[in-house]
Amino acid sequence: MPAKALAPIRIVDFSGVLAGAGATRILAAFGAQVIRIENPANNGAWDPIRAAPPFKDERRGFNFGGGWNNHNVEKLGVTLNMGTAKGKEIFPRLVAMADIVAENFAAGVMERLGFGYESLQSIKPDIIYLSNCGFGGTGPYQPFKTWGPIVQAVSGLTYTSGIRDQPPAGWGYSYMDHGGAYFGAIAMLAALHHKHKTGEGQWLDLACTESASTLTGPAILDYTVNGRGTRSEHGVDSNRGDLPMAPHNIYAASGTDEWVSIACRTDAEWAALAREIGEAAGDPRFATYEGRQANRNDLETLVAQWCAPQDKFDVQHRLQALGIPSAAVQTPEERIDKDPNTSSWGMWPTVHHSAIGDVRVDGIPVHASKTDWQIARGAPMLGEHNDIVYGEMLGMSADEIASLKAEGVL
Amino acid sequence: MTGALNDLRVIELCTEAGAWAGKLLADMGADVIKVEPPTGSITRTYAPFYKDVPNPDRSLFYWHYNTSKRGITLDLTQAAGREAFRKLAATADVVIEDQPVGRMATWGLDYPDLSKDHPELIMTSITPFGRSGPRSSEQATDLTLLAGGGPAWSCGYDDHSLPPVRGGGNQGYQTGCHWAVVTTLVAVMHRDFTGEGQHLDVNMHAAQNVTTEAASYSWLVARDTVQRQTGRHASAIPSQPVQVLAGDGRYVTTGFAPRRPRQIRVLIDWLDEINLKEQFESWPLLEAGANLDHDITMQTIQEGGEEAMIFGAVRDSLVFIAEHVTAYEFFIGTQSRDMQCGIIYTPEDMIEDKHFIERGFPTPVEHPELGETFTYPGAPYRMPASPWQIYRRAPLLGEHTSEVLAEIGLADQESSLRTAGVIA
Repeated sequence: MPAKALAPIRIVDFSGVLAGAGATRILAAFGAQVIRIENPANNGAWDPIRAAPPFKDERRGFNFGGGWNNHNVEKLGVTLNMGTAKGKEIFPRLVAMADIVAENFAAGVMERLGFGYESLQSIKPDIIYLSNCGFGGTGPYQPFKTWGPIVQAVSGLTYTSGIRDQPPAGWGYSYMDHGGAYFGAIAMLAALHHKHKTGEGQWLDLACTESASTLTGPAILDYTVNGRGTRSEHGVDSNRGDLPMAPHNIYAASGTDEWVSIACRTDAEWAALAREIGEAAGDPRFATYEGRQANRNDLETLVAQWCAPQDKFDVQHRLQALGIPSAAVQTPEERIDKDPNTSSWGMWPTVHHSAIGDVRVDGIPVHASKTDWQIARGAPMLGEHNDIVYGEMLGMSADEIASLKAEGVL
Repeated sequence: MTGALNDLRVIELCTEAGAWAGKLLADMGADVIKVEPPTGSITRTYAPFYKDVPNPDRSLFYWHYNTSKRGITLDLTQAAGREAFRKLAATADVVIEDQPVGRMATWGLDYPDLSKDHPELIMTSITPFGRSGPRSSEQATDLTLLAGGGPAWSCGYDDHSLPPVRGGGNQGYQTGCHWAVVTTLVAVMHRDFTGEGQHLDVNMHAAQNVTTEAASYSWLVARDTVQRQTGRHASAIPSQPVQVLAGDGRYVTTGFAPRRPRQIRVLIDWLDEINLKEQFESWPLLEAGANLDHDITMQTIQEGGEEAMIFGAVRDSLVFIAEHVTAYEFFIGTQSRDMQCGIIYTPEDMIEDKHFIERGFPTPVEHPELGETFTYPGAPYRMPASPWQIYRRAPLLGEHTSEVLAEIGLADQESSLRTAGVIA
């Protein structure tokens, strides 16, 4: 078994859904001990996906949400009612043994609970505190609430995703929940390194709309430097894109809702594709990138006509054999169960969840030669690790834990 | 105060796929030295350009992805270039590269070569399909990664005669880079604890596959296949449209409509306030909703009785309001009434919005070579004890070659390297 890089790190974790839970999930996969705290009074319902579909079988309820399991693998789960006086007494004992406190509540919730950054710091002077919310901890929109689609809309990511003469398509999922998780993990790790050097903790304020905006940089600079905005007569076409590649698009293939992508990076790649297409592609207007760009509609029509009768994977294999980037638009089944790259990589590890049983989850797309990741334990059932955390780690007796449960604190 | 990574030196040998990873590290204080061929990175030829005039030092694409880095040229196809790279790597904490599989080994610059006398080295390799496996030699771009790796399947329109959409802005590459940076920092922590370096094999195709939210886990858990829908989550079960053209011709997104009587009352009051109540024909249904003694539930909506009609009217009222006010009025109006709705901004709308200006997000970056200062997107995260910052604009071609050669003891060879074309 590989060494666990982050074994010395402990995280006290309120963060949920994906934008928050996804960040601590990554650190957990590399060995950090993540203790996820949930409210027993509502069975953890603050996180709406705890009891949400998909479900593996006919069983329903707060221990069976498939997405929740995916986002919380390798974490310990405890219950603690932060609204009770005893909950407020116990929480600082967890903070005292933690390196990081992470949350993605709406801005201001931790202060209202009495555990804003200064309070956490008074408990543990070198604590690292990650708050992750849509608009950050300051500014006129600080009270506003978001989830992925709102973050994507406000940041410009929705507007910049679509095709010609159509409204924005946006992202068909909470891309920025993943993004928030990645930025959150990066910030926590950088802060851990800073603390390792200096002994100093800090408050990491992550505003997901700002993180998202950093992902549209060249478009912003075209405006701030050249004064050119993204609005135009035909709107944005992100399938054609703005990298210097043509053709560059997603084309219909044979069958229903079957599609294949092709990108020619160089004139030589186009010439190779043109030989496959045949005579019409030999049009000298298309010989150079500038020519193909100037006659882009005709070019795209030509490639589309060539793709239309072919199987999407046949196009992919035919062009890859010539060294031209091409990939079928894969369905979930195709990329998860039929793509040889994913299985050989170990991309979908099976975890054991105490209630759900064995189920596959997202893996980590990086292999580390000395401290590779491990994802084997499913997400915790509600309060599954109360005895370990409160008993073994905080030294409470079984009677004490039982009476706290009876009082609704745990 | 200095950045969190100010003790790290990173050698970056990346084109468009990996440059974002180098920027993330550099803006946190790492001394990132970008190594380019004497002709410059191909991304220096990418539009848009300053004043639309192509020039290797004026690509805005290059500017954005290479802030805070130093830049040198080295021809790695020549032995002297590779020797200089080895000397440079010997001073580095991290080497990060996105070269085709096998090229670093061919050059004798792969992890075993560079780490032999330098076991603390962390080397991060970003490739389309990882370094091993049946697809490792395939070609890829941002588009094909997003198409093959899952995101495109979920993005697009209700009308499936329109193609799936590649989300804009190089998000496929950037997703690969996020994983490269996260795991590089995991390796940095492991080295902090043990002194040991390692190699990281980043698979961009895999990175897309685990960045699809419910599309993957719906299949993994329940063998359900999500279907794309305009402006909202792809889903195995179709949902109602949320994207509305507001009164001023900009789009908004309405999100989930309220189901609490108190919130429905707020909507009625809002309609009244902007003198639209009389025009909204279903307002008696809203009144009925506001007078309920319980929240409308998903279950009663699915059952299709009166509460489903009320909920339909609530949704319609949100759309109706959006169509009669500006997109910004709708955004502020809903959010200040505790409804999670959004405005579909362009990137430039966002950078000019007062909230982000007040938070200091737009970041001025000086371009002394042009005598101008431009606004860049700012910090993805605030870390006040070790502040994120743009230390300098992207390097001009070969700007730091002399300086870096001197640092690795090759100052005396500079002119012969230049004559041989190893440096530009």
